[in-house]
Amino acid sequence: MRPLGAALLALVLLAALAAPVLAPNDPGQTFRTYLYAPPMRPRLVTADGRWQPPFVHPLRLVSRLEQRYEEDVSQAIPLTFFSQGKLARLADESRGPWLPLGADREGRDLLARLLFGARTSLGVAMLATLAALLLGVLAGGVAGYRGGIVDEGIMRVAEFVLVLPAVYVVLALRAALPLVLPSWAVFSLMAAIFALVGWPWVARAVRAVVAVERTREYAAAAVSLGAGHARVLFGHLLPACRGQIGAQAILLLPSFILAEATLSYVGLGFPDTVPSWGSMLHEASNVNAMADFPWTLAPAAAIFAVTLAANLLVEKPDRAAW
Amino acid sequence: MRYLARRVIAAAVLVAVVSSGALLLTRLAPGDFASELFGAGASADTIARERARYGLDRSPVSQYLDWLGRAARLDFGVSLVYHRPVAELVAQRAANTGLLALVALVFATLLGLPAGIITGSRRRGPLPTILRGLSLVLLSLPSLITSLVLVLVAARTQWFPTGGMQSAGAWDAGVFAGLADIARHLPLPALAIALPLSAMIERVQSQSMGDALEMPFTLSTLARGVPHSRLVWRDALRPAIGPVAAMYGFVLGSLLSGSFVVEVVTSWPGLGRLMYDALRARDLYLVAGCAAAGSVFLAVGTLLSDLLQAWADPRLRRDEPGGTSGGPA
Repeated sequence: MRPLGAALLALVLLAALAAPVLAPNDPGQTFRTYLYAPPMRPRLVTADGRWQPPFVHPLRLVSRLEQRYEEDVSQAIPLTFFSQGKLARLADESRGPWLPLGADREGRDLLARLLFGARTSLGVAMLATLAALLLGVLAGGVAGYRGGIVDEGIMRVAEFVLVLPAVYVVLALRAALPLVLPSWAVFSLMAAIFALVGWPWVARAVRAVVAVERTREYAAAAVSLGAGHARVLFGHLLPACRGQIGAQAILLLPSFILAEATLSYVGLGFPDTVPSWGSMLHEASNVNAMADFPWTLAPAAAIFAVTLAANLLVEKPDRAAW
Repeated sequence: MRYLARRVIAAAVLVAVVSSGALLLTRLAPGDFASELFGAGASADTIARERARYGLDRSPVSQYLDWLGRAARLDFGVSLVYHRPVAELVAQRAANTGLLALVALVFATLLGLPAGIITGSRRRGPLPTILRGLSLVLLSLPSLITSLVLVLVAARTQWFPTGGMQSAGAWDAGVFAGLADIARHLPLPALAIALPLSAMIERVQSQSMGDALEMPFTLSTLARGVPHSRLVWRDALRPAIGPVAAMYGFVLGSLLSGSFVVEVVTSWPGLGRLMYDALRARDLYLVAGCAAAGSVFLAVGTLLSDLLQAWADPRLRRDEPGGTSGGPA
C-alpha cells in the first residue's frame, strides 16, 4: 500500500508544480457567460459514432434562470497538445473557453483554481509541517534528553495543547488577529498558528524515542568520548527518531491542509481572490448552489486524495492475526 | 477517592485556564466589540461612548479580575451581542452540541467497534478486506468533507433536511412531533461526525483485538474447546476494549473539533457556531463562556474515559491510576 500512497502524493505535488502548464486558463480569469458551467470532458467519439482525435463539444446556455448548459454535439473543437506552453488547449479559442472541471460562481476555471489552489494549500501545510517538526523535535529532544523537571514542564505543556480541540485553538488564535490581512501575511500567520497546534504530536513521539535511546551504550560511548550535549542529542540520538519524525510529518500534512480548508471555509482564511482549496470550498457554503452544481466540490476530492495518500503511506503492514 | 479529587481539581484548572485564556486573547486582539459593531465609518466619539457603556474602556487586568471574581460565583456576565446572560445562552447551545456529539459517538461506536472486532480477528476473507478498505476511505474523509457530501446527497434526494435542528412550527403539533422533527434533523450531522470517527475506532479496536488474540490465554481458551467466535466476542473482547476506552477521552477533542465544522456546514445551533460568532463579534464574555463549556465537556469526557478503562481492565485499578491519558496532576 505504501507505494500507492507515495505515487498519489507525488502526483498531487507534481500537479501543483506544473499548474501553469496543466491549467488551460488563468485561475483569475472570469468568463462572464459561463457562470457555473458544467465540466467539459474531452471526447473521442462524435455524436454520430465516428472516432476522432480528442475534442470537446462547446457549451450552449439552455436556461439562464437555472444556469443550465448543454453540450452542443453538432460542433467539435479539437484539442491541440504541447502548444503555447500548455499541455492541452482548444485549437480554436474564439468559440469559447475550455473548462475541463467546469466553472464557479464567477465563471472561473475550476481546474485552474484547483491546480493553483494546490500550491497555496500545500504550501501553507508544508511550511506549517516544517515549523511544527522544528519546534517538536527541539522540545521533544530536549525533554527526552534532559529528563527531570525540564521533561516534566515541556511535556505538561504539550499534553495541555494535545487535549484542547485543535480547531477551536486555531480559530481563536486566528480570530484574535486582524481579520483582514494581505495574503502573504495570512499565509505565514496560518502556518505559524498550525505549527503552534501541531508541535506536541512531534514532541511526544521524539521524546519517547530519545528517552529510551539515551540509556543505550552508544549514547554512553559518545558521552565518554567527550561529545557535548548538543552533539549527542542531534548527532547521535535524533537519527534514531527518523522514522517517527517522518510518520508525524506525513500525518500532520493532511491535517494542516484540512485546517486551511476549515479556516477558509468559515471565512477566516484566504480571501476569494487567492485560490486555495479552502477558499474554493467557501463557495459550497451556499447549499443550493452546491446541490445544483456539484463540481464546485472538486477541492473536497483533492483533500481526500492527499489524506488518503498520507494514510496509505503510514499504514503499518498487517501483522499476523488469527 | 483521593484520585478522584485530584482529577476534579485538574479539571477545574483546565476550565479556568482555557476560559481565562480565551477572554484575554479576545480582549488583547486588535479591535473590540464597539469597533466591530459600528465598523470603520463610526466616529471615535460614538465608539468611545459604547465602550464605556459596556465597560470595555477599563484596563485588561482590571476587566479580567472583575470577570474572574464574578465567574467564581458562576456569574459569567452578559453577552454583548445578544444582551442575554452568557450562562443561559451557552447552556442551551451546549445542550444541542452535547446531543449531537452523543448521538455521533453512539453511531461511531456501533459502526466502528464490530468492524474492528471483525478485522482484528480475521485476516482473510471478503468481509474483513471490504471493511478494511472502507475504513481506510472513511479515515481519509474528514468531517468537513463528509458533511458537505452528505448535505449534497440530502439536497439532491430530499431524504433528510439539509440543515438546522428543527423546522419552524414543528413544536406546535405537540412534544412528540417536535422530538420527531429533531430526530429527522439529527442523523445527517451526527453521521458526518461519526463516519471518520468510526474508522478511527475500527483501527484501534482491530489492533487491540489482534494483540489480545496473541496472548497466551486465548490459546488455553481454545484448548478448552471454546469455539473461536465465542473466544473473539466474549473472552478476548474484554481485554481488547481497553485501548478503545482509553481512546474515548482522546476522541472527545476531535469530537468537539468535528462538531464545530459540522455545525457550521449544517447550521446546527451548537456551541461551535456560537463561539465562532462570538469570536468574530469580539463578544469576549461569550467567548470565555463557550470556552469554559467546551473545557467542561473535555474534562468530564476524559474522566469518564478513565473510569471506563478501569472497568475494562482491572489491572489499572490496583496500580496508582494516572499512567493513562491525563497523568497525575
